[in-house]
Amino acid sequence: MAHAHPVKRHTGLMDWLTTVDHKKIGILYLIAGGFFFLIGGLEALLIRVQLWKPLNNFVGADTYNELLTMHGTTMIFLAAMPVIFALMNAIVPLQIGARDVAFPFVNSLGFWTFFFGGLLLNISWLAGTVPDAGWTSYVPLASPTYNVDKGVDFYVLGLQIAGIGTLIGGINFLVTIINMRAPGMSFMRMPMFTWTAFITSALILFAFPALTVGLVALMFDRLFEANFFEVAGGGNTVLWEHIFWIFGHPEVYILILPAFGVISEVISTFSRKRLFGYSSMVFATVLIGFLGFMVWAHHMFTVGLGPVANALFSIATMLIAVPTGIKIFNWIFTMWGGSIRFTSANLFAVGFVPTFVMGGVTGVMLAAAPADFQYHDSYFVVAHFHYVIVGGLVLGLFAGLHYWWPKMFGRALNEFIGKLTFWTFFIGFHLTFFVQHFLGLMGMPRRIWTYLDGLGFNTMNLISTIGAFLMGLGTIFFIINIIVTAAKPKNAGNDPWEDGRTLEWSIPSPAPEYNFAQTPLVRGYDALWKEKMDGNEGMSPAEPIGPIHMPSPSILPFLMSVGLFIAGFGFLYAKNDWNNAFVSNIFGNHIVAGLGLAITLGCMVVRSLKDDHGFHIEPEEITGKGVKA
Amino acid sequence: MSTLRPQGPVALEQFNLMKLTITIMVLVIVVVFALSFYVIVKFRRRPGDNKVPVQVEGNHKLEIIWTVIPIVLLLILGVPTVQSVFGLAKDYSKDDNAVQVIVTGHQYWWEFEYPQYGIKTAQELMIPTGKTISISAKSADVIHSFWIPSLAGKIDTNPGSNVNKMYFSSKHDGVYLGKCAELCGPSHALMDFKVKSVSSDSFDRWVAGMKEPGQLPADAAISDVFQKQCLTCHAVGDKGLQLYPNLTNIGDRETIGGILVNTDDPKYKNEGSTYDNLKRWISDPQAVKPGNSMPKVDLTKEQIDGIAKYLSEYKQK
Repeated sequence: MAHAHPVKRHTGLMDWLTTVDHKKIGILYLIAGGFFFLIGGLEALLIRVQLWKPLNNFVGADTYNELLTMHGTTMIFLAAMPVIFALMNAIVPLQIGARDVAFPFVNSLGFWTFFFGGLLLNISWLAGTVPDAGWTSYVPLASPTYNVDKGVDFYVLGLQIAGIGTLIGGINFLVTIINMRAPGMSFMRMPMFTWTAFITSALILFAFPALTVGLVALMFDRLFEANFFEVAGGGNTVLWEHIFWIFGHPEVYILILPAFGVISEVISTFSRKRLFGYSSMVFATVLIGFLGFMVWAHHMFTVGLGPVANALFSIATMLIAVPTGIKIFNWIFTMWGGSIRFTSANLFAVGFVPTFVMGGVTGVMLAAAPADFQYHDSYFVVAHFHYVIVGGLVLGLFAGLHYWWPKMFGRALNEFIGKLTFWTFFIGFHLTFFVQHFLGLMGMPRRIWTYLDGLGFNTMNLISTIGAFLMGLGTIFFIINIIVTAAKPKNAGNDPWEDGRTLEWSIPSPAPEYNFAQTPLVRGYDALWKEKMDGNEGMSPAEPIGPIHMPSPSILPFLMSVGLFIAGFGFLYAKNDWNNAFVSNIFGNHIVAGLGLAITLGCMVVRSLKDDHGFHIEPEEITGKGVKA
Repeated sequence: MSTLRPQGPVALEQFNLMKLTITIMVLVIVVVFALSFYVIVKFRRRPGDNKVPVQVEGNHKLEIIWTVIPIVLLLILGVPTVQSVFGLAKDYSKDDNAVQVIVTGHQYWWEFEYPQYGIKTAQELMIPTGKTISISAKSADVIHSFWIPSLAGKIDTNPGSNVNKMYFSSKHDGVYLGKCAELCGPSHALMDFKVKSVSSDSFDRWVAGMKEPGQLPADAAISDVFQKQCLTCHAVGDKGLQLYPNLTNIGDRETIGGILVNTDDPKYKNEGSTYDNLKRWISDPQAVKPGNSMPKVDLTKEQIDGIAKYLSEYKQK
């Protein structure tokens, strides 16, 4: 059984480029997502500087539209999604007792396509033609007629490439969670975070293809003179809005569900209590995921869909409040009667609950279509979705990062700086966005690069700008914390919080390459807690120690993504006016684009034809390394 | 111009719905905040506390309560919402008693056409107080959104044959600020307009004034330049072309270009006398509204002064 296949093990940079280990890919997602989060945050600060006083001219109208577009696009697709994938990669396989994800190669490919797609999108800043039609990229503003430079081309191509990564990542986690659970880990024993990762992956599977269809159609309009959305050619602009929001609304739940999962884990652990109403939590998650697909037109109440559509979508939207309310009360009653310890992770989680409720109730307010005629596209909406995405998702991600940092890196983050991060970010957040509700009600439309004096907007905008800088400060504290922590020795134990309940806390921090030396036997919900309560030392193994089969590292995912990146450039600059006949020729005849696609397809051929059985880690190696002193 | 100070029945109905939702939501927030606060104070871990709390799985009674209460609240909210959705969708576009207005959004100005009277104007929507105004909204280029916060919620203007209908009315005479609420390009922020609500008599006089034959500048040289350089796009009365904002009686308007507020007592950067504003606009339209369609017209300083003077004095008799 134990034939050792000779496999080249890389070190240093090559190790990171070729890794198919879910834990390392999780770290890559975190680094890349964190990088884009800083870029998006910088854009947000520039936006707030421009708006700190009326008729300001810090950045002009054009730059402002570029900033607001790139801020939204970057934060959603390149910061929030990847950090969610970072946590899913780092934790989900550990929580279900698996040694890796179902398709490690695909996992790596997903990361690299996301990364190069995001890079392509952001290179637009260097190229000087930045997308400026909003993250929603509504046509005709984004159509070739009204948007002649290459900005929106960067958007459609960058997001298509990045979207491949998200889609295959989602599929990978669906398969992983369905197929790779340890013995005894039934669906109704899965930790809440794994459940939310599962539902989020399902939403990705159904929502992202809609976005891809829209982007491909817009790409054909822009690059090859198609007429999907060209009114003059018989196209329809409302069609884009539908396609975009059929993706866009589930996307909101793709983002928030994993945060729900994180909060459930963190609150339960630090209250030393089982999650209250676990089965209703699972049910609520599934229901939110399901309803999430039937409410997209509430983004379009003012488009003129007629009263029947508006009434139906109003009611459907309001219904989502019910499962969300169930979750909120379950969290509160998880803490009820518990023994709550306020670590920085738990501060973020506890801060999340009321903050998210505020974002949720404004969501219900927006659902009432006639009132939405007033709220729509005003700062009220800006406040609402930042309460949901920052007050919900970002607080959730911070909670998750502080909670699982020891498991990912073997070192716990500094608690003092962690608390400092929480308070500055939390106060800054409420300062920034709470006043924006009122700005919206007073009639300030969103996406305006300046506002007139004398309308009563001045003070609140100033407060908002100050808040934004506090959030920036909070982020800087977090970065300092990472640096300070990285300088300390790796000393985190298996269960650094001492109250760990789930499987990831039964193995060393960071987890060894193969995660579990022996696949654990799961005997109930909160598997590790159950063993603790029954007085057992860790999990009982479900198998004897034996050789562990591992997938081989591969450079192919990286190369395939580079190929797509080159192809993206080729298409972008196909019609460019190069001052050089040769360059014009190779771009104009799609030779560059073809070359890029050839690299990708070539790698696919190599991957298909080359037999790669992976390799084995022998028992001697496991017992030698797996046990920590 | 705030939505919180409604000046007409449509905005009032929307405001009432907003008040209802806000009341329910504040109630929810208070309950959740109170519970959260109680829990985190009462059940915080004291130093040295090592007991393991009871591991509660759930509680059917409680869970049913917090499922049913939200449903009841949503019913309270849902019924008036649906009623209002259908109420506000009423179509007055065939009603002869209503003032029909065709609103066309342009980058970055608003065109208002009154088909019943055969007149067109720009940037300033004149309405008779108390009468129902029936809006048919469309766009000449990209999507805009027509919004008068204190009179009515917004409706998008779509390109193509996709015409949206809405209605509103104003209860008092006055000037209300309107805005474009859908990102439409660099000058989206500057695409303001005014709604001027006046008595029926004044409205009729205004309509009659708009139908008067166009008057050209008295000075022959200025008149010549004006006809050659301006009336190729703009119109005054029956003269010129209706491609871009109609300039008839522009001296009466509250703003120039929708954004330069006309006042004899300027306080802010975007305010000035009608004459100064016109001069500022004509000398460099792109500096006032980046990305708009009006080029810097080749005019001498004297010509600009002359045209600005003529236009600022072009008022209804």
